[in-house]
Amino acid sequence: MSLPIEVEAVVIGGGIVGASAALFLAKSGRRVVLLERDFFGAHSSGVNYGGVRRQGRPLSQLPLSQRAHAIWGDLTNLIGIDGEYLRSGHLKLARSDKDMAALAAYEQASRGFGLDLQLLDREQLRARFPWAGDVAVGASLCADDGHANPRIVSPAFAHAARRAGADVYEQAAVSEVSHDGHAFTVRAAGGQTFRAPWLLNCAGAWAAALAEQFGEPVPMRSGHPAMLVTEPLPMFMDVSTGVEGGGIYARQVARGNCVLGGGQGFALDPATARPGQAAILDILRNAVELYPPLAGAQAIRTWSGTEGYLPDREPVLGVSSTQPGLLHGFGFAGSGFQIGPAAGEALAQIVCTGAPSIRLDAFSIQRFQPISQPALPTAPPATAAPAHAENVIPLFRGRSQP
Amino acid sequence: MKLSGIVIIGAGPAGIRAAQTLVAYGLQPCLIDESLRGGGQIYRRQPENFKRSAKALYGFEASKAQAVHATLDRLQADIDYRPQTLVWNAEAQSLDTLHDGVADQLPYTHLIVATGATDRILPVPGWTLPGVYSLGAAQIALKFQGCAIGERVVFAGSGPLLYLVAYQYAKAGAKVAAVLDSSPLSAQTRALPALLGQPATLAKGLYYRGWLTAHGVPVHQGVHLQSIQGEQRVRSVRWRQGEQERTLDCDAVAFAHALRSETQLADLLGCAFSWSDLNRAWLPTRDTSGRSSVEGVYLAGDGAGIMGADAAEMAGELAALTLLSDTGHQVDAARSTALQHRLDAIHRFRHGLETAFPFPEDWAANAPDTLTVCRCEEVSAGEIRQTVEQGHWEINRVKAMCRVGMGRCQGRMCGMAATEIVAHASGRDIASVGRLRGQAPIKPIPFGVEVDQ
Repeated sequence: MSLPIEVEAVVIGGGIVGASAALFLAKSGRRVVLLERDFFGAHSSGVNYGGVRRQGRPLSQLPLSQRAHAIWGDLTNLIGIDGEYLRSGHLKLARSDKDMAALAAYEQASRGFGLDLQLLDREQLRARFPWAGDVAVGASLCADDGHANPRIVSPAFAHAARRAGADVYEQAAVSEVSHDGHAFTVRAAGGQTFRAPWLLNCAGAWAAALAEQFGEPVPMRSGHPAMLVTEPLPMFMDVSTGVEGGGIYARQVARGNCVLGGGQGFALDPATARPGQAAILDILRNAVELYPPLAGAQAIRTWSGTEGYLPDREPVLGVSSTQPGLLHGFGFAGSGFQIGPAAGEALAQIVCTGAPSIRLDAFSIQRFQPISQPALPTAPPATAAPAHAENVIPLFRGRSQP
Repeated sequence: MKLSGIVIIGAGPAGIRAAQTLVAYGLQPCLIDESLRGGGQIYRRQPENFKRSAKALYGFEASKAQAVHATLDRLQADIDYRPQTLVWNAEAQSLDTLHDGVADQLPYTHLIVATGATDRILPVPGWTLPGVYSLGAAQIALKFQGCAIGERVVFAGSGPLLYLVAYQYAKAGAKVAAVLDSSPLSAQTRALPALLGQPATLAKGLYYRGWLTAHGVPVHQGVHLQSIQGEQRVRSVRWRQGEQERTLDCDAVAFAHALRSETQLADLLGCAFSWSDLNRAWLPTRDTSGRSSVEGVYLAGDGAGIMGADAAEMAGELAALTLLSDTGHQVDAARSTALQHRLDAIHRFRHGLETAFPFPEDWAANAPDTLTVCRCEEVSAGEIRQTVEQGHWEINRVKAMCRVGMGRCQGRMCGMAATEIVAHASGRDIASVGRLRGQAPIKPIPFGVEVDQ
C-alpha cells in the first residue's frame, strides 16, 4: 500500500453539501480531498426536483437558507455555469381555507427573515397566475425563490472545487476510516489513502454508518421521492410551485418540459430507487386539477433517488460530539438542494475559523443522544417518522403498495 | 381451464407459441399486446377490412404467418387476450398497463417477456427530414396500410431486412431507386460457410438479391451513406463507394442497420444483463431454457437477442415448457432438448449473418459534429463529444449531462448510436460505456389517465 497522502481535510460524499464544503475549503487555500463513491451529484443532489426554495422551510433553517440564497445569487461566478437557475418565484398553493390560514401563519412567523412573502387570495392568484386550477383558493408567493437543474448544478460544484485546487475523486468508495488520536486515515477504492486532521461526513443517506463508527448513531431512514417529467409543452408557468400540506409540486423548464413530484418510491437496492406505481398514477390523475394545462400531456420519464431523513426532518450539521475533527452534514430530508451550498460553507468555516458564521445549534447531532438514555438503536423504530413522512418506504425490493 | 397468473407480454411469434404451449397443458395465460391485431412485426396483420392475400403480404413466409395467426385466433377463447394494451411499468408481482386511456394493474406470478425488437438506427445527416423512415417502419406502412413511403425510394443500411423490404416494395409496384448496403460483398462471401447451415434462409436472401438485380434495381455494396438531402423533405441521398461519390434523387429513404432488442421491460423487472458481442448490446441474460435471472420471469424471442421469427416461435414454446417444468408440470423433456438444438443451429447462422452484414465500426468516427443523434432532445454528436471531453464516459452520466436519450423515445432510437459516439470519443470499449437504465414509462403515458380500481 502506498503512503498516505497528507491533507488538511477529507470530505466523504460528492453531493452538493460535500462538494460545496470542498469548494469553500479549496477557495480558502486548504488542501482538501473530495471522495465520491459513485459520480458527483449522482444521488439526491442530482436527481431531486430542483426547487431552490426558502418558503416553507422550518424557521430554524431560514438563517442558513438566507445565506444560501445569497450564494445562489452568485452561482455563475461560483461554479462557472448558470445551472438553469431562475429566480422565478415559488408559489405555494392552498386548496382550502384551512391551508390558506396555514400559509398566512407561516407568512406571519417568517417575517424578519427576509423572505418577503406575498399572500394572494383567489382573485389575486387568478390575476397573476391564470393557469391555476379551480381547486386553488389562494397562495403564498416568494418572488425571489426559484428553481435550477440539479443534474448539472450539483456536479458543477465538484468541478468548481477541482478548479479551485481540491483533489476530487469519483468512483472512490471509502472502505476504511480510522483515527489514531492525531488524525484520520481514510482509505478509498483505487488503493489511495489519505490522512487529515479534519473529516467531513457528507455521505447523504449513507452517512449514518460513519457517525455510528464514532459513537454517534442516528435514527436515519431513507426516503425516495417519486418524480416525473412531461414532454415539452407550450410555456404556461414560470414559477416553481408547491401545495400546502404536501402532495404535488411542479415547475416548467425553459425547454417546456414540466417536472413534477409527489408521493414516494421504493429502493431497488441501497443505492438505487424507483418511483412507486401508485405514486406515478396519483400524480397523473391529481396534477390536472391544480395545473389544468397538463390535461392530455404525456409523461415521458420517471425517476427517484435516495434521501436521508431524520425523525424531526432537520439535518445533522456541525461538529461531532464524540470525535474532535469530525464534522457532519447530512440528513436534509429531501430539501437539501437550496440550502446545501450554505451548509457546505458552514462546515468549511468550522475548519478554517473554528466556528460557523451562522449558528447551527438546531442541527446538532447531540439531539439524538439524550444524556439520560443509552444510544438509540441503529435501526429506526417504525414509529420514528412523523406523520407526514409515513409513506416513506423501507429498503426492500418489491411493490410500492402492500 | 384455470386463470394461471401467467402473463405473456407480446403477441408475436414467441408470445403466441408460448400461449399455445401453456394452453395445451391446461393453463389459461394472459396475453398482452400493444398492437391492434396480434402477429408481431414480421407477421404483422393488415386491418380486418383489408383483403390482400397472405402470399402478397408475406411472400415465402405466408404459410408460417398464417399458421401463427390461426393459432392466435384459435387460442382466443382459451386465454385472456388483451390487444392494444401497453405495459408501461413493472414491479415484482404487478404490471402497469394502459388500454384505451385507462390505466390498470395486472398481478402476475410468472411472466414470459416477448417484447421483440425495433430497428437499429445509425443516424446520418438529414435523417430527421420528412420522408426518412426506418426499414421496419417502411415495411409496416406497406404491410399494414398498403402504403409506400414514397414514389422513388432508396433503401440503405445493412442486414437481411434491407433486401427483404426493398424486394417487397418493388414487388408491390414501388420504384426502388437503389439499395445501398454498407457491408462489402467480400463480407458476404466470407460468411457463406456459416450461412450454409440454414440453406433455406440463405436461399431466400440470395433470391431477393437476385430478383432485385434481375429487375434492374441497382444494388451497391460497401457503401457509406454520407447524407440525406432536402429542404422540406427528402430530395436526394449522397453516398460514397470507395473513392467515388454519388448523388441520387429520391423522395423517400428507408434505413437501418439490422435490429435491436426491446429490453426496457426486462430491465424494469430487475433482470441481470450481460454483454453480447454478437448483438453489440447489453441483453437480459437468459439460460438455454429461457429463464432470466429473476425467478418466475422468462425471456423469449428477439427481445433478448436478435434471432429472427423462426427462432422466436421455438423460444416461445421452449420458455413455456421451462415455466411448466419449473411449476411442477410433467413436460416432454425431449421436446425441450430438440428446441434447444434447433435454436443452437440458428444461433450459429446468426454469427454468419453478422459476418455477412458487419456492424460499420467506423460509423462513430465518421459522424460529423453537427449530426443530430438524439432527435427528441436535439443533441448533436459534437455535444456528446464535448460531454466526453469534460470527463464523462458512462452513458447514463452522459445522458444526465447533455440530455441525449432523455426525450420522448427514452433512448430507444438514439441510445445505441450515442453509446457508439461515447465509446469512440472516450477511447473505451463499447461494452464498458454501459447501457441506458430503463425508466418507466416504457412509452409515454398521459396526464388525466383514468385508473381502473
